[in-house]
Amino acid sequence: MSKSGSTRVKVAHSYISEKVTNIPPSGIRRFFDLISSMEGVISLGVGEPDFVTPWHIREAAIYSFEKGYTMYTSNQGLPQLRQELAKYLESCYGLSYNPDSELLITVGVSEGLDLALRAILNPGDEVIMPDPCYVAYPATASLAGGVPVLVPTTEEHDFKITAEDIERRITQRTKAILIGYPANPTGAVMAKKELTQIAELAQQYDLLVISDEVYDQLVYGIEHTCFASLPEMRDRTILLNGFSKAYAMTGWRIGYAAGSHEIIEAMTKIHQYTMLCAPIMGQMAAIEALKKGSSEVQAMVREYDRRRRVMVKGLRDIGLSCFEPKGAFYAFPSVKATGLTSEEFAEKLLTEEKVAVVPGCAFGQYGEGYVRCCYATSLPEIEEALKRMGRFIDKHR
Amino acid sequence: MKQIFESLEKDARLTSEQISTMTGIPAAEVEKTIKKAEKDRAILRYKTVIDWAKLGEEQVWALVEVKVVPQRDVGFDAIAERIYRFPQARSVYLASGTYDLAILVAGKTMQEVAVFVSEKLAPLETVEGTVTHFILKKYKEDGEILQGGEGIKRLPITP
Repeated sequence: MSKSGSTRVKVAHSYISEKVTNIPPSGIRRFFDLISSMEGVISLGVGEPDFVTPWHIREAAIYSFEKGYTMYTSNQGLPQLRQELAKYLESCYGLSYNPDSELLITVGVSEGLDLALRAILNPGDEVIMPDPCYVAYPATASLAGGVPVLVPTTEEHDFKITAEDIERRITQRTKAILIGYPANPTGAVMAKKELTQIAELAQQYDLLVISDEVYDQLVYGIEHTCFASLPEMRDRTILLNGFSKAYAMTGWRIGYAAGSHEIIEAMTKIHQYTMLCAPIMGQMAAIEALKKGSSEVQAMVREYDRRRRVMVKGLRDIGLSCFEPKGAFYAFPSVKATGLTSEEFAEKLLTEEKVAVVPGCAFGQYGEGYVRCCYATSLPEIEEALKRMGRFIDKHR
Repeated sequence: MKQIFESLEKDARLTSEQISTMTGIPAAEVEKTIKKAEKDRAILRYKTVIDWAKLGEEQVWALVEVKVVPQRDVGFDAIAERIYRFPQARSVYLASGTYDLAILVAGKTMQEVAVFVSEKLAPLETVEGTVTHFILKKYKEDGEILQGGEGIKRLPITP
């Protein structure tokens, strides 16, 4: 029998590091627990496609298993995948990256973001990013020892970040600007001209730009501008992207980073010690996706566009103001008219009408007053959700 | 315009207003385009994909390969026409390969299909021979997976 407990003095302390303790938990988690206990919920709370990965991509992965591809790959990822990726970036955006030294295959964009920030930040370095933004941006920057500096973006300006607002927040400690357009949670897309102004700022103040472009293919009636393709920006940009959204491959966890040799080498250093390599089956699937996946992507984009229009019109018809999202698969309506906070709105909507949305405050202070509605859900479900939301709004107006 | 038909092909019950919302094309124009397509027989009919087996209705299907002698001036068209007028012939195709016409035949019983083939199809003057394959199980029809399917396995809330 152990004697411990009786002899050791209990001290009120935590085993958890201060860094982790200080990071707020993701606001999305609590809703997840709530929903799990309910039935008949229509969820607009997801952040992934409702399509299953196209069959030929899955089939290619199965074939690779049969052939015995079950090993580690090189730290940077399968050479064939990097070559295909280099070709793809060249044909899509006219960008030329050396597949041997300027591309790194990561475990989703999430890992790419973590590596990028850890590779460039010294303790206290500041990273400027929009608010609201994807939940991981500020947390990942803090975990990397940096300080997230949030720039408010508003519905009046279509949730776009402006060079002017960024410039006002640049200090001696500013190291990088982190942007993600098309944006989660707002669906905002930046025009080339607006991005160019940010690029000029980056040059003027010698800043890096981390550009998360995981939704690059999901744009509607507007062309996506790859940040790295702007003049003089290739070596100043860490381009992050992946296969999750465009090819409906979220669970495969395959992303990539493209940038200058110096930065990719630094990121690879961390990657080789922490992750070793991205899973090989996902990499094999990604090769197939790049080689033969474009027609499915186009079909999915057309389908998202139909749903987007139904969602936005439906939200406006039930009396919520909603700016027109031009990318990703989210609408971000204002719920201020109800007088409820975004969290109250989401919670009541879930318990009263069984529709799940994500409160905007989960994405930052300036997301308050909004909710994120994902339209990567079947049209009949979107229509039913809108009907229920309409009933809810009538009751709470 | 293609978007209008793509939407309708997925769900024939969509109204012009709904299609207008989905495509951004004004409802009146959607209406006009559909009317014209109906008139031009670009839209032939609106139908429903039904899994009759699930409703307890038995149906027997057979794929019948037919070898025929093409005729002067009309080729395969005249014989194809004679065949497709039978309501039992649900689809009729001219195919390349070892036979000429591929016909999907439906009936209530195996007997009914067999009688159709032996008494109506095979005796036609230019028909040289038939091979009948009874369909044992339907997995997928017109792009729809009949049983199983995949269902959505994603979690209800994700970042």
